[in-house]
Amino acid sequence: MCNLRDHTAMSSISPRDAEWRQELRDAMPAKERTAIPRAKMAMLDPEYRIHCNEEVNQGLSADQAHVEASRCLDCPDPQCVTGCPVNIDIPGFIKNIQRGDMAMAAAVLRNTSALPAVCGRVCPQERQCESKCIYNKMKKEPVAIGWLERFAADTERELAERPAPERLAPKGIKVAVAGSGPCSLSFAGDMAKRGYDVTVYEALHEIGGVLKYGIPEFRLPNSVVDAELDSLRDLGVKFVADTIVGKTLSYDDLMNEGYKAIFVASGAGLPRFMGIPGENFINILSSNEYLTRINLMHAGTPGFATPVPRGANVAVIGGGNTAMDSVRTALRMGAKKAMLVYRRSEEEMPARREEVLHAKEEGVEFMTLSNPVEYLADEKGHVRAMRVQRMELGEPDASGRRSPVPIEGAIDEIPVDVVIVSVGVSPNPLIPNSFNGLEVTKRGTIAVDEQLHASIPTIFAGGDIVRGGATVILAMGDGRHAAASMDQYLQSISE
Amino acid sequence: MNKILEKEHFSANVVRLEVEAPLIARSRRPGHFVIVIPDEKGERIPLTIADSNIERGSITLVIQAIGESTKKICSLEPGEYLHDVVGPLGQATKIANVGTVVCCGGGVGVAPLLPIIRAMKEAGNKVISVLAARTKDLIILEKQVAEYSDEVIIMTDDGSYGQKGLVTNGVEQVLMREPVGEVVTIGPAIMMKFVALLTKKYNVPTQCSLNTIMVDGTGMCGACRITVGGKVRFVCVDGPEFDAHQVDFDEMLMRLRAYN
Repeated sequence: MCNLRDHTAMSSISPRDAEWRQELRDAMPAKERTAIPRAKMAMLDPEYRIHCNEEVNQGLSADQAHVEASRCLDCPDPQCVTGCPVNIDIPGFIKNIQRGDMAMAAAVLRNTSALPAVCGRVCPQERQCESKCIYNKMKKEPVAIGWLERFAADTERELAERPAPERLAPKGIKVAVAGSGPCSLSFAGDMAKRGYDVTVYEALHEIGGVLKYGIPEFRLPNSVVDAELDSLRDLGVKFVADTIVGKTLSYDDLMNEGYKAIFVASGAGLPRFMGIPGENFINILSSNEYLTRINLMHAGTPGFATPVPRGANVAVIGGGNTAMDSVRTALRMGAKKAMLVYRRSEEEMPARREEVLHAKEEGVEFMTLSNPVEYLADEKGHVRAMRVQRMELGEPDASGRRSPVPIEGAIDEIPVDVVIVSVGVSPNPLIPNSFNGLEVTKRGTIAVDEQLHASIPTIFAGGDIVRGGATVILAMGDGRHAAASMDQYLQSISE
Repeated sequence: MNKILEKEHFSANVVRLEVEAPLIARSRRPGHFVIVIPDEKGERIPLTIADSNIERGSITLVIQAIGESTKKICSLEPGEYLHDVVGPLGQATKIANVGTVVCCGGGVGVAPLLPIIRAMKEAGNKVISVLAARTKDLIILEKQVAEYSDEVIIMTDDGSYGQKGLVTNGVEQVLMREPVGEVVTIGPAIMMKFVALLTKKYNVPTQCSLNTIMVDGTGMCGACRITVGGKVRFVCVDGPEFDAHQVDFDEMLMRLRAYN
């Protein structure tokens, strides 16, 4: 839909032709570099980690990071960068790690990404930067770009003196952002660097959107998100919680307060259900509800008032990252048996490979080629069983994946106490409904042009409210893209 | 943080709070609700806005102490704070001139009914209000309701005030006596269920305002989903008001017991 290449190719702040980089390249022959095996990530033991909420991946040690960084060949035409939706200067930050300039490594990351510690943890690098690494062509494991990114960002947090980010002089022009998820944060960071006065409005009581309510602590600790928010505050970005753009503040209110443009990145919103009999029984809930209760509202933590359904047998329906987050959360909430029910085979699962592996290590039962068709409840309406249709793979469908076909008569009844439905989301209608004249698509997403410009001149939009459901990094790419577009627009109207 | 400006006890368990919330006061319409978090470790609970004062920058909430969270809110005193108040949420009530409107409320449901009564009157309707409660002490806001109503019928279960009987008895008296364009009902789900059954018999269009379990209140979680006319709807973004004749109240009553 949008070509990010054109907008984000910023000149590197740590150029490849620097003398020290040439020296690093000359220091070790390529053959020697490529003989080094890829680093192994230290992880918490599965037995231990399912009884707590601590982060599973422990990060690379300084030694590991140094060795891994030396694997990078510092290619003259690095393909990894083309695989990154925000075009991070990947060899630039990796070589700075290798020479031990951690402040510079972090600065290179921050130049293009507002949330490196987040991306280093949750990006599907295996499908992006790492999939383009030259090592793949040599039939070797790619450089662990994601782990190095995380290392650089985490190390930066511990540096006594953090370099001040480059920032243009304040322009005195106010812009508003609806939503505080990854798309908004990426936008806000770029706009603040361009000298704009940025205020981010969030409907929930915590800033961070899906990074807070959705992604669990064991994959992305809140302290990491908070540190990234502090970096944005250092840039002058203001955050206002408990405020719904379109409801608490109307479009006219914002214009009257002097905002010159609004960026809408209000997220995916409505959870989808399957529409099968019994789906409204008690203890059947969306993954959004389940994860929000636990991650945002701290259900299950002593002293917090929000309840959450628990049970011995928990089934999660779906095969994406959110389904994986839900089923692994269910284990940590005490499920004896946590099942992942997916209608295709494991090969077609959209979840990250790493999440699938972690879930298996933790004892999640994978019930693939299975699709619930009905739920049964006890006399009080609590779900007690699901009827599951067994499937087999047929011909490839429009998405190129082999589509599942029901096996006639193969229906099993499986006892369940809690069911978490994780089959996707629809766009949240709240903002589209409350802005007069804002054009929406048939799917309910906000209609935008290639510059992410909506039908109202002062409004730009990006992330899931435009895409309908994607990843953190694609949302962040939209944020950068929209910042470039809005900057251009605001300059054009002031001329 | 939102400051409590004023507090009034309607009865032992029912409290009226005037809460500082200038932006919400300005943008809210009859029918809207807010999500309130009582304290730092509190849950998010939906409460319908009963009134607002733009000059004072405040909204009015009427709360019945039932669970932990509502008890906490009811125990707050002026000068103390609610941790979070967000809104206004939901769709505003559709107000039209339909001739005669019967507005019936049970218990604390009378509080969110009041702004609708006022708006219905201002739209030129003849407004007949039916207020119902278990006993005399639990009838609230009678004077304010009377101010905007052409007639007020009081029903109590024990006959301690007004007539002895249920809200449906009061509504049926009116339906039998004169043509009614619309009925609006707010109260416990079980009450609204029986009002809907009654008005269906008389074929009178009926709006109800539902108060389901919610988390975010903005459409994100689906905790509030109910079935209306055979379709799944979210009370927070599609409602809270629906055609009472289409609502599956039995399913809603079941879902309200999810955490009991």
